[in-house]
Amino acid sequence: MDFSQIFMVMAATIAMTFFLGRFRALKLGQAAGGRKSLNSLPAYYGSLMAMWCGIPCFILLALWMAFDDVIISQAIMQELPQAVLALPDSERGLIFNMISNIAENGARAGAEPYMVTAAERLQSLRETSQLILIACLASLFLIIMVVIWARMSAQTRARVQVENGFKWLLLICASIAIFTTAGIVFSVLFESIRFFQSVPITEFLFGMEWSPQMAIRSDQVGGSGAFGAVPLFAGTLLISLIAMIIAVPAGLMAAIYLSEYARPAVRSTVKPLLEVLAGIPTVVYGFFAALTVAPFIRDTGGLIGLSVSSESALAAGLVMGIMIIPFVSSLSDDVINAVPQSLRDGAYGLGATRSETIKQVVIPAALPGIVGGILLAVSRAIGETMIVVMAAGLAANLTANPLDSVTTVTVQIVTLLVGDQEFNSPKTLSAFALGLMLFTITLVLNYIALLVVKKYREQYE
Amino acid sequence: MQAVNTPIQENEKLNANTNEAERKPSGAEQMNDSAAKVGKTVGKPFAKHPKMTMRNVDVFYGDKQAIHDVSLDIGKNEVVAMIGPSGCGKSTFLRCLNRMNDTIEICKVSGEIKLEELDVYHPKQDVVPLRARVGIVFQKPNPFPKSIYDNVAYGPRIHGLVERKTDLDEIVENSLRRASLWEEVKDRLHAPGTGLSGGQQQRLCIARTIAVSPEVILMDEPCSALDPIATAKIEELITELSEKFTIAIVTHSMQQAARVSHRTAYFHMGKLVEVNDTKRVFTNPEHELTEAYITGRFG
Ligand SMILES: Nc1ncnc2c1ncn2[C@@H]1O[C@H](COP(=O)(O)OP(=O)(O)OP(=O)(O)O)[C@@H](O)[C@H]1O
Ligand SMILES: [Mg+2]
Repeated sequence: MDFSQIFMVMAATIAMTFFLGRFRALKLGQAAGGRKSLNSLPAYYGSLMAMWCGIPCFILLALWMAFDDVIISQAIMQELPQAVLALPDSERGLIFNMISNIAENGARAGAEPYMVTAAERLQSLRETSQLILIACLASLFLIIMVVIWARMSAQTRARVQVENGFKWLLLICASIAIFTTAGIVFSVLFESIRFFQSVPITEFLFGMEWSPQMAIRSDQVGGSGAFGAVPLFAGTLLISLIAMIIAVPAGLMAAIYLSEYARPAVRSTVKPLLEVLAGIPTVVYGFFAALTVAPFIRDTGGLIGLSVSSESALAAGLVMGIMIIPFVSSLSDDVINAVPQSLRDGAYGLGATRSETIKQVVIPAALPGIVGGILLAVSRAIGETMIVVMAAGLAANLTANPLDSVTTVTVQIVTLLVGDQEFNSPKTLSAFALGLMLFTITLVLNYIALLVVKKYREQYE
Repeated sequence: MQAVNTPIQENEKLNANTNEAERKPSGAEQMNDSAAKVGKTVGKPFAKHPKMTMRNVDVFYGDKQAIHDVSLDIGKNEVVAMIGPSGCGKSTFLRCLNRMNDTIEICKVSGEIKLEELDVYHPKQDVVPLRARVGIVFQKPNPFPKSIYDNVAYGPRIHGLVERKTDLDEIVENSLRRASLWEEVKDRLHAPGTGLSGGQQQRLCIARTIAVSPEVILMDEPCSALDPIATAKIEELITELSEKFTIAIVTHSMQQAARVSHRTAYFHMGKLVEVNDTKRVFTNPEHELTEAYITGRFG
């Protein structure tokens, strides 16, 4: 029996307490003179019972699952021979892995006798631990059940309590997202701090040169590296800007066409087609950018006497813009549709034409949603990696010329982290610093967006 | 002020012969077989100096006919009230007059509707100038998400009625005064129109409509969302407006129809049952269905 089985059995038992609680409530009701004398509907008593029995048991189970392995492995390690204990951390970890392997799959060639003994011990400890867990769970469950059964009366405000319990459940779900974000921030933050110990933060933020060619492993020789992030952010900005110049007008106008001009039949075919664009894997966009668009731009540039590098910011930006169109159009279409017909009628009734109505009434009314859609698209553009890797190149040029090859923050993070790396070199750590910066920028962007939207709402609602 | 009853008196002779067609049968009954009883419009549907003339108008929503063969005139400077049970087609008919129904894909209108000599539904007729001449106020106030000033200035701006800012200021002020809203909003002309109370919003919408100086104003239950005080203000306003404009108003309040209108048209299941001087309709209706409706037997 493992944890998942315990979990299933427990869940089933708890589900049964629902009926138990309901049954108890019905009995109480009968005793007090009919269902009407109950404070809440019987089902609420059932939910109350299940809730009180379930929550403590699940918490116990979760704690056990979290700490049981750590404690057992500590105990096993303590009993290993002195020679093994003296080994460095990483090797002891390996040995422990071998032991647990033996415990699960039986002894293999090359296993030393002390390992086999330890494995047997591990196995028995695990079994004991489970027995104790099951005993604890069962007694906890029974105690609570009996207490609740005894204390339940016709006056118990089950409905209110269940309502509160539900509120907490929702709160917990909401906080999972927040804790995850916090966890990500901290993990990135700590690595970044380590990076800033070897490279000054000012150099990183304001340095104009990016070439992280340090020795990758300690036994190699290499350049000292330069970690100025400005070219990367400039590249990101340039490509995102090109993408937005494509996506915002095209997406917005597509949305306006779909919601205001298209006949229902056209709308119901065109809208899904547009949304297919959002479903194309970015790698495929990358092919398209690198193999079709970039050469095309280079050749046309050549015709009119411009020198265009074969990997250009323009190619990446163009294709990225196309990729983002459905984000803008789909969201804008939804908010434009949500503008009440009465507003349009008001403008038509005054003799406004269709385009006047759209420009002066519909778009202003839908603006908060449109701004939201655009900002979502911007953060998509800033975070996009694959197209840029394939079409914009790796050269960290500091340039505003869209025909040059540039690179972006995300591309650099990828190239820094793929392959064999030593985890202490500034080269690897710089990836985290870049990640942190990127995260901060999107955060600020979202915050600004919220402010804009809020200000607009206050004005017009 | 031009005598309010002139149009009505003049209508008298014109409509004399239509009165003969149907005589009032006695005793109103249930609504069930009422459709059969509608027959031809009784009373005085025509006016001597018509501003708008409607002849044999049919309206369809898809296959469903919502208006059956309605003929009606609205005289110059006249206020015509349209009453009838819910769903009888009052709004549909009203919206034909400035082609607001064009915004509904499945809506088809046939028959003849004229604004003076202008054929409203002529295929070459542009709706934009038409709607500048025939304005509409809706049941629910629908101010634009713009400032109070911009709401009123919207019409004059899109129609290019003014050249200078001061002229526009004047139009805005006049329209707001006419809609008796000026005193309440003169200090916050640049606050959003959506921030006003429901009654103020409705008067703002009226101000917005009269700012383009239309010749005809259509009102679809303009007071249904308002309290008695705001309603009284708007009724007063309608009476005042009728000196300059021609007004068609849909209402569910018989008292309102009695207070503001010269003639009242009773609609029943898409047909125009009776049109008569308002006083006559509410004291001595010609048709049994009208009588049943105003005495509250159905509707
Ligand atoms: N957009 C539409 N599509 C289809 N049918 C419609 C539409 N609008 C109205 N109708 C139908 O036309 C008929 C008349 O509707 P209309 O809105 O004109 O009634 P009304 O007299 O204004 O009613 P109320 O007093 O409730 O406002 C109704 O049967 C209604 O169902
Ligand atoms: Mg209506």
